[in-house]
Amino acid sequence: MRMDIILRVVGKILIPYAVVFALYVQFHGDFGPGGGFQAGVVIAAAVIFYGIIFGLAAARRAVPESLVESMVALGVLVFAGVGVAGIVLGGNYLDYFVLAHDSVHGQHRGILWVEAGVGITVSGVMLKVFYLFTGRARDLEDGP
Amino acid sequence: MLSQHFPILLVVVPLIASPVIVMARSGFLGWVASLAASAAAFAMSVALLVATTESGAISYAIGSWPPPWGIEYRVDAANALVALLVSAIALVVLPYARRSVSAEIGQERLYLFYALLMLCLAGLLGIAVTGDAFNLFVFLEISSLATYVLIALGRNRRALTAAYQYLILGTIGATLYVTGVGLLYLATGTLNLADMAARLADVPDKRPLVAGLAFITAGVGLKLALFPLHAWLPNAYAYAPSAVSAFLAATATKVAVYVLMRVYFSVYGVDAVFRDMPLGPVLAVLSVAALFIASAAAIVQKDLKRLLAYSSVAQIGYITLGISLGSAPGLTAAVAHLVNHGITKGALFLLAGAIALRAGGTGFDRVAGLGRTMPLTAFAFVLGGLSLIGVPGTAGFASKWALVAAAIGAGHWWIAAAVLLSSLLAVAYVWKFVECAYFRGPPGDAPDPGEAPADMTIPAFALTAAVIAAGLFAWPVLEASARAAEALMGAPR
Repeated sequence: MRMDIILRVVGKILIPYAVVFALYVQFHGDFGPGGGFQAGVVIAAAVIFYGIIFGLAAARRAVPESLVESMVALGVLVFAGVGVAGIVLGGNYLDYFVLAHDSVHGQHRGILWVEAGVGITVSGVMLKVFYLFTGRARDLEDGP
Repeated sequence: MLSQHFPILLVVVPLIASPVIVMARSGFLGWVASLAASAAAFAMSVALLVATTESGAISYAIGSWPPPWGIEYRVDAANALVALLVSAIALVVLPYARRSVSAEIGQERLYLFYALLMLCLAGLLGIAVTGDAFNLFVFLEISSLATYVLIALGRNRRALTAAYQYLILGTIGATLYVTGVGLLYLATGTLNLADMAARLADVPDKRPLVAGLAFITAGVGLKLALFPLHAWLPNAYAYAPSAVSAFLAATATKVAVYVLMRVYFSVYGVDAVFRDMPLGPVLAVLSVAALFIASAAAIVQKDLKRLLAYSSVAQIGYITLGISLGSAPGLTAAVAHLVNHGITKGALFLLAGAIALRAGGTGFDRVAGLGRTMPLTAFAFVLGGLSLIGVPGTAGFASKWALVAAAIGAGHWWIAAAVLLSSLLAVAYVWKFVECAYFRGPPGDAPDPGEAPADMTIPAFALTAAVIAAGLFAWPVLEASARAAEALMGAPR
């Protein structure tokens, strides 16, 4: 599909906006509709779109597979780390009240980081699945 | 004080170990991190069991939201014992796993194996300590998804179909469980197990509760391989990597049995389950069928790990038989057999893994002559087999004795007779190993005859020694089981 000029131009226009929209959904998540899951899916969709139009190799150069695998783990660590931060600051596990001087502010801060963790892991898992499936076809073509 | 956070840290430490291992991308570091996390989990479960023995149930509010609004972790004498079993088995399996797993799984996937094992451990411990019905479902899925992949990592290609079969049936089981929880939630308006138990009495229409109990029984029954819902188990245990077989056989089904106990005795209560509904006879008939049919199936197996798997289905029958009595002595016997069979089957699967490494497989043609080539392993296997039969001086005897006594005490002579008769079938399948290992010559083409390396035999022999110790000194397990039964039955109502 690399030859199709309409797809390439539309893709080049749309992909940056998709990523910006994902960031909006991500950071809007704690006081409006949206959140880490949706944002993670949109970011992954942008990369998958890029991969479909410009080829898998280009997508792997832009977002290497090792980064994707680390993202899968990193998001869980961020989420669990927010919980541990609650214990370190003198509350219970996942206690957002103690994350800031004001307890409402603390709730905001806690959910922001939890959503960040969810977003990282969800986009990581989506891309990992995409790479695994497409990589499988490539491996079969190369043959043993 | 850090110790007040033990109920959650018990789950969080293995849960954090898993992504750390993925990021480290090293099989050796993964092993070290898993070992450290399991040791920490074991230490915390010991502390929790001591604390619950001294001062009763411990409640922990996640996020400082007080129960029943927030998720509550509630540790009492029953789930502290289950958590101790799970973390102890993990701690025994990990030193063993290093050599066993690197012989059976490709080096480039080793770190993923340890990450999944930690995820599975976190899930099983989470099921044990949580006091929230939906949180329990989430942990059930975490442990199950990790389990499916762990089984699929087996060397034999049939491991893939075994894992797939388990995936389908396990998902059906989890769906049935969550449907039952949904009905309970609609009827009571709460997901906190203790709160649910308190509100059940005020529900005017009992029909959703009956349906909920049926859904949960069928769903958890699939997970614990209650006969005839056991079809996934033999293949899953037979084709999984040896260390995974040992870990799962000793923990996964046992945790599911605990869930059934919790729902029956703590949420619904003895009267609702065993007096208002005929669940006692139903469970008793299925359990007795498991004792005979699964034991008979074990006798005709041609592979040692499959034999052990069918024996597991039969032994789970003894546990559910104890539950079906619906009495404190019956429940005590069930909990004691849960622990004793857990360590027995864990030891036997560890030994089977050592045999697989040295004899090149666990088919009975490979096992032949083992008494000469691997005398210590064969002897330990026989000791474990004696515990499956229930010979005095082994762990299996103590809990079977308690079960027979409970059945006779309740006037169910036929149950006592079934337990004793089915033990004869266990004699037959254990004898099959003895005959093959001691009265036949070795196959001659074993890849590496001789005892397995020390880092595999020491954990296996240590667990076998624990089986004998739990038989000779039966009272600590029986006493802990009695306290667990008391906690399950006398829970907040």
